[in-house]
Amino acid sequence: MNHVIGFILSLVMTLVAAWAAIQSDLPVTWVIIGIMILALLQAGVQLFMFMHVTEASSGNGHVPWNMMFHGFALAGIVVAGSLFVMSFGHDHGDHGDMGDMQQQEEQHSEDHNGH
Amino acid sequence: MAAEELKTGPLEYRTQEGQMGIMGFWIFLGAEVVLFATLFATYAVLFGRTADAPLPSELFEPGIVLIMTFLLLTSSFTCGLAIHEMRRGSVKGLIFWMAITLALGLGFLGFEIYEFVHYAHEGATLQSSAFWSAFFVLAGTHGLHVTLGIGWAILLLIQIKQRGLTNVTSRKFFIISLYWHFLDVIWIFIFTSVYLIGMVI
Repeated sequence: MNHVIGFILSLVMTLVAAWAAIQSDLPVTWVIIGIMILALLQAGVQLFMFMHVTEASSGNGHVPWNMMFHGFALAGIVVAGSLFVMSFGHDHGDHGDMGDMQQQEEQHSEDHNGH
Repeated sequence: MAAEELKTGPLEYRTQEGQMGIMGFWIFLGAEVVLFATLFATYAVLFGRTADAPLPSELFEPGIVLIMTFLLLTSSFTCGLAIHEMRRGSVKGLIFWMAITLALGLGFLGFEIYEFVHYAHEGATLQSSAFWSAFFVLAGTHGLHVTLGIGWAILLLIQIKQRGLTNVTSRKFFIISLYWHFLDVIWIFIFTSVYLIGMVI
């Protein structure tokens, strides 16, 4: 039965993720990428095996795919965008020598050096 | 509406109203995805801003978090079984598995409250740093959802005792099952990106 397979899959993926994070000696970057992929897979298990996303008996008319896609796309943009804007920009202040941006950038790096 | 009622298939899909209700709930879940995305984004951006408060790697313990994860995963599974029983027409089976789901959900909440109290004793509260604010708001919002879900399910259990399985009650149970599975999806991401990554870094 679908449910039992889904349950076992989630348990196994949880244990693998926990092992990778707590016990293994893998590089941190790979651990993070790996466990995030496992989390996405587990979300897929919940959606397709538990939440009846695809279902012939409703004529597949009960899930607004465009809305769900919209939701997930926004989630990705909000999380990745915030991280990009707030964290990854920090120490690149003095590499961006591009035309009209230059003056701003110089101002910016002066501010940084001032601290 | 009633004129279009189907005679076969799961009860919750037989009327146009039921189908639209379920679709509406999926739209709500899409909005919930975005709500939690903002909280995850805030948490990710504030990661490491612990000020003078304890570090997450000092406080996060794998044991209790794994227990919470297994409780919630199992409750999601038993909730799926409850819907399976409902589609077989068994009110008894539905109530039995739903009650187990609720018990597991309460267990999860108990551990979460214990965990929060423990952190507060160690000096990590909502006020102690940007990181801990983001953590408590993210995990707390999920915990609040679980609490609401438990209250909601109890009301539905009372209702099904009184009315039995109808198009309307089975639609309501189907929708709360979606809600419950969705909370498990959110928890998987909290477990992974908050606890596991917090223990790695």
